[in-house]
Amino acid sequence: MASRIGKYTVYFTNRPAVAGNAAIVGKKEGEGPLARHFDKIYEDTSLGQQSWEKAESAMQTEAVKLALDKASMSPANADYILAGDLLNQCIGSTFGLRDLDIPFLGLFGACSTMALSLGLAGVLIDGGTASTCIAVTSSHFCSAERQFRYPLEYGGQRPQTSQWTATAAGAAVISGTGSPYLASATFGRIIDMGIKDANNMGAAMAGAASSTITDFFSDTGKQPKDFDMILTGDLGSIGSSLLLELLQRENIDIASRHADCGLLIFDKDQQDVHAGGSGCGCSASVVCSYIMERIKSGVLKNVLFVATGALMSPTSVQQGESIPGIAHAVWLSSSKE
Amino acid sequence: MKVTNTEFSTMTDKASPDSPMIKNIIMAFLFGGAICTIGQLLSNLYVSAGMSKLDAGTLVSCTLIFLSAVVTGLGLYDNVAKHAGAGTIVPITGFANSIVAPAIEFKSEGLVMGMGAKMFIMAGPVLVFGISSSVIYGVILWIISNI
Repeated sequence: MASRIGKYTVYFTNRPAVAGNAAIVGKKEGEGPLARHFDKIYEDTSLGQQSWEKAESAMQTEAVKLALDKASMSPANADYILAGDLLNQCIGSTFGLRDLDIPFLGLFGACSTMALSLGLAGVLIDGGTASTCIAVTSSHFCSAERQFRYPLEYGGQRPQTSQWTATAAGAAVISGTGSPYLASATFGRIIDMGIKDANNMGAAMAGAASSTITDFFSDTGKQPKDFDMILTGDLGSIGSSLLLELLQRENIDIASRHADCGLLIFDKDQQDVHAGGSGCGCSASVVCSYIMERIKSGVLKNVLFVATGALMSPTSVQQGESIPGIAHAVWLSSSKE
Repeated sequence: MKVTNTEFSTMTDKASPDSPMIKNIIMAFLFGGAICTIGQLLSNLYVSAGMSKLDAGTLVSCTLIFLSAVVTGLGLYDNVAKHAGAGTIVPITGFANSIVAPAIEFKSEGLVMGMGAKMFIMAGPVLVFGISSSVIYGVILWIISNI
């Protein structure tokens, strides 16, 4: 039965397991360093759909279907599906999962949604109220640009600090048996460091990542050396360096084992993504393929996955508000105990 | 959090690379200059074809707007603009691109509420403040010339 340890962490005594996981990506991601780890690459990022939003929904549908297939399960086996995305009112998720007939827990965590959904799935299962949950999220460069930034054909320049929203979806079926295991979940608080630049998301989120990581280590008594990898979602190059600095001030050194999905999914130097990848689908696709497979194969034993989100909207930015960050941490382990 | 927002702001400035100003300025100059040169060549062409200077000037604007719209529609404008920066934004080509781009983008929400309503989402302020200031200047000019 799940129990709270410390102030913020939920520890899973009977560790829920990933029964099936899948990642679907677009063209640019399919040309990146992790290309061969993804389940499917779509060269045509419209996926044959009439709009970018519909394409994003189609990616979620496919990710869930593939994850269920790998788990040898059907939608009827799932007690809950936990999903969210960047689009207004999370329509990417709703329309992608509409036909599954599974109790739907819509979430908004911006780019932290993968950790949020995995963590909550763990709480529901080890809390005794579910046997099987599906955690899924997505992002799409084109649907995000038209909502948050500019029309695709607009001739603007992107600053060096900006990140590239990944066109990707990741899904995981969490149940009683499988690999890897969910060992704990630490849900973060909203952390606002006063950053107002919507083109520097990494800086906006670094504070939240530092806060949640500090909370996790403080609650559990663990240290960075207990983990093979401390993996952030999409801090990018600038957010990552700020995170390391912030943690140093807390006397926590993760430099030798830190990795960031935004820097793994794209080749920063070759693919013109400025500070790196971003979006819910960035961490979801990297974790639900490359990372989970490496834990399954034993290459990685313990990974602290800390996904971060920037909790803003174009309206809040235009009204002069700063950009608060959020970070949720899930401990993924290769062992059941 | 042991770091104050002010301290974090300083840390962020240090960690964030600046835009390559020199390169951007040079590229804007070259691309913007090239567009203006094309405009001048067109003007010379139209005048030599028998147009008055005023008519030629109007037709140059129309031509550049048309070319900009076509290039935007072909999906090429943003590829050039990435390097050109202000060089493609500032001339009238930027204005055309800022209308055509959302027109293409929002077609998926229908011709009326999508394309029609959102076509001016970027150019709107230019129209509002540009037209308003020309009205004000016109009134000032009228007052001055009638004193």
